[in-house]
Amino acid sequence: MKFSNYNPAEYYDELFHKDGSVRDGARKLIDKIESLPEDALLIKQQSAETSLLQLGNTFNVYGSEEGTEKILPFDIIPRIIEDREWQRIEKGLQQRIHALNLFLEDIYHDKKIIKDKVIPKDLIMSCTAYRKQMEGFTPPKGIWCHVTGTDLIRDASGEFYVLEDNLRCPSGVSYVLENRQVLKRTFPEVFVSSRVRAVDEYPHKLLATLEHLLPATASNPKIGVLTPGRYNSAYFEHSFLAQQMGIELVEGQDLVVSSDRLYMRTTKGLCPIDVLYRRIDDDFIDPNVFRPDSMLGIPGIMSAYFKGRVAMANAPGTGVADDKAVYAYVPKIISYYLGEDPILPNVPTYVCWDDKDRAHVLDNLDKFVVKAANESGGYGMMIGPHADQAEREEFARRIKASPRTYIAQPTISLSQVPTIVGDHFEGRHVDLRPYILYGEDIYVLPGGLTRVALRKGSLVVNSSQGGGTKDTWVLNGTD
Amino acid sequence: MLSRVADSIYWMTRYIERAENIARFINVNLNLSLDMTSGMAGAWQPLVMTTGDHEVFEKRYGMDYSRENVIQFLALDREYGNSIISCVAAARENARSVREIIPSVMWEQINRSYLLLKDAAQNRLASREPHRFFKDITMLSHMFTGLLHTTMSRGEACHFALLGQLLERADKTSRILDVKYFMLLPKPEDVNSPYDVIQWGAVLKSTSGFETYRKQFHRIVPKQVCNFLIFDSNFPRAIRCCLTSAQCALHKITGTPRGTVSNQAEKSLGRLCADLDYSDIDDVISAGMHEYLDDLQTKINLVGLDIREAFFRIPDNLTEQVSVSVQ
Repeated sequence: MKFSNYNPAEYYDELFHKDGSVRDGARKLIDKIESLPEDALLIKQQSAETSLLQLGNTFNVYGSEEGTEKILPFDIIPRIIEDREWQRIEKGLQQRIHALNLFLEDIYHDKKIIKDKVIPKDLIMSCTAYRKQMEGFTPPKGIWCHVTGTDLIRDASGEFYVLEDNLRCPSGVSYVLENRQVLKRTFPEVFVSSRVRAVDEYPHKLLATLEHLLPATASNPKIGVLTPGRYNSAYFEHSFLAQQMGIELVEGQDLVVSSDRLYMRTTKGLCPIDVLYRRIDDDFIDPNVFRPDSMLGIPGIMSAYFKGRVAMANAPGTGVADDKAVYAYVPKIISYYLGEDPILPNVPTYVCWDDKDRAHVLDNLDKFVVKAANESGGYGMMIGPHADQAEREEFARRIKASPRTYIAQPTISLSQVPTIVGDHFEGRHVDLRPYILYGEDIYVLPGGLTRVALRKGSLVVNSSQGGGTKDTWVLNGTD
Repeated sequence: MLSRVADSIYWMTRYIERAENIARFINVNLNLSLDMTSGMAGAWQPLVMTTGDHEVFEKRYGMDYSRENVIQFLALDREYGNSIISCVAAARENARSVREIIPSVMWEQINRSYLLLKDAAQNRLASREPHRFFKDITMLSHMFTGLLHTTMSRGEACHFALLGQLLERADKTSRILDVKYFMLLPKPEDVNSPYDVIQWGAVLKSTSGFETYRKQFHRIVPKQVCNFLIFDSNFPRAIRCCLTSAQCALHKITGTPRGTVSNQAEKSLGRLCADLDYSDIDDVISAGMHEYLDDLQTKINLVGLDIREAFFRIPDNLTEQVSVSVQ
């Protein structure tokens, strides 16, 4: 397969310049692919898919028949980010997470940012992810968001924007690690010559982040990953991370709280556990404190948590910082706490809760992407230019009925990467989710999950909406 | 180790062993049906009888105990919980829930087995080339067991894996003997006939014990075959050998020296092993072969229940006892 007929068109292409010439960082990869015999690339693509299926890293498709397990579609053409671009992303994310963590500490204590009229009180208090139970509490070492996955996009000019902050239980990092394993086998020579930065250190860094939560006096501490169980669509990731870190994978039913201490039920009786990397939403952690009908959580765990007898990552209540309406204020949040300008810009965002913004959105529905502030996974959204009249009217009705629930953003032409379609390459739109760990310092995994919208022309990259993944190569600078 | 994890590992190996043994049952019958005159052929019903699930069969296939129906039912019927494919699917679900504990290669082996069976259910390989198919299934299980022994550290998880596998194997060897009982029952005049020798030979082959038996005893004598499969202490599929090894695994889990007991599971398994140590084939014959095997199966089941109570169901109120053991 050759790139001779490949046309980047009007989009920003991650591997090619507008005039069709190859970007420097992609040169070795493109040369390799062009030198392969006919069909060799398709065989590589098939064997990558087979090895993912045999690894059994499948997710269950909700609401479908038993036996429909799928691998997340994977395309072997990687997305490549050069060193100088990455350095800016890394600094921008560190800055953003630093500010959001200060925001969380403030919002659950003195609320200075509200008193100083930087962000409206009603906006915070009407946030469904705001947890009143956390008021006045400071988590160990003042860290709230230990693990974050921030979604970035790139527009037609190549500028990176933050599209979404995910500070609750962001998933997908296991695909980053597995995709890399597969791609190393697919293009072994190119890895060395292109100086691709390794991602294998992530589990080790994550473990260090969790260990950072332990009091210095802890001896022989136990750390676990808390999963909702094997029917959860991200179960593979929970089990994979526990295995890579060599720590326990526990479910709610494995745990019990007694005298404000958390224990695991083991074959030798109850055994204490000190830190949980929890992959269960706030609502389900503790039926005594949050949703009383939760079957997944552990009654009494929040009481142990408040007394400092068990630590959790992330802290409950972080969701207030990734509410899509609060998102619009993040540039102001950064300036307020750090006195700096944001390094990574936000996508311009209109908060329908604001009268002026709402009027503007309603007048220009055909130009905007409208999103529900508390939804994720590509649900509850409308892409104005692709919607028909009836759909726009429906969203206009919803916005008027519940303005707090909606935000709107201009439609951005996402950047693209060549992707194998049948027997040739076509550009497909991508986003990027880097992973950030907040422990002793703020660490950004070099790379991240590149999600790709596999349907032609589609801008929606979520796996629930026909999205797939690609490996992400961050290149080392020249010595 | 987490109780839930121990539970899953124990059942993972039990289910794989169960699947392998169904493949072995079917293989014996395939071999037998080739050696039998046409009058003797068609003896597929006893296979279903020994599972104890003939009512389930009849509900789904009526009284038609044809080779195709029985193979479909025992191997590939997803709605029958003890079919090979259901067992492997259950083993896989258990393995999935302990992927972080077992070596990745073991998970991948189970996953591959499952994918192969899923394909087989669609392409009818089992009825087109049954000999090859059931041999393949047995080999998949051998590879799994090989990985268990060569890649899994000899810690608690491994001992639970062995415990599940060995109890299941003891139970299944007793059931293979029972198949023979059912086949003999209708025609007592065949006793000591050439057919009888062929049948007992097939029973030995289905446990991979034919060659070992021949080396030790040379001639195929029914009583001697039963003696070998029940009481031999060296042959790895003989009931006594399985249960003694299971007892070793159990004591490694608890750390209690053999000869002493710390829970009900050790008691009941210890008694069962002592029974086998202090009885012989004459006792079995005087009790009646079927009755003896039936009683043995019940006792193995009880050991399973005691294991569950001792390790997998931890009540919430044991904290005080634990805080002592944690120090």
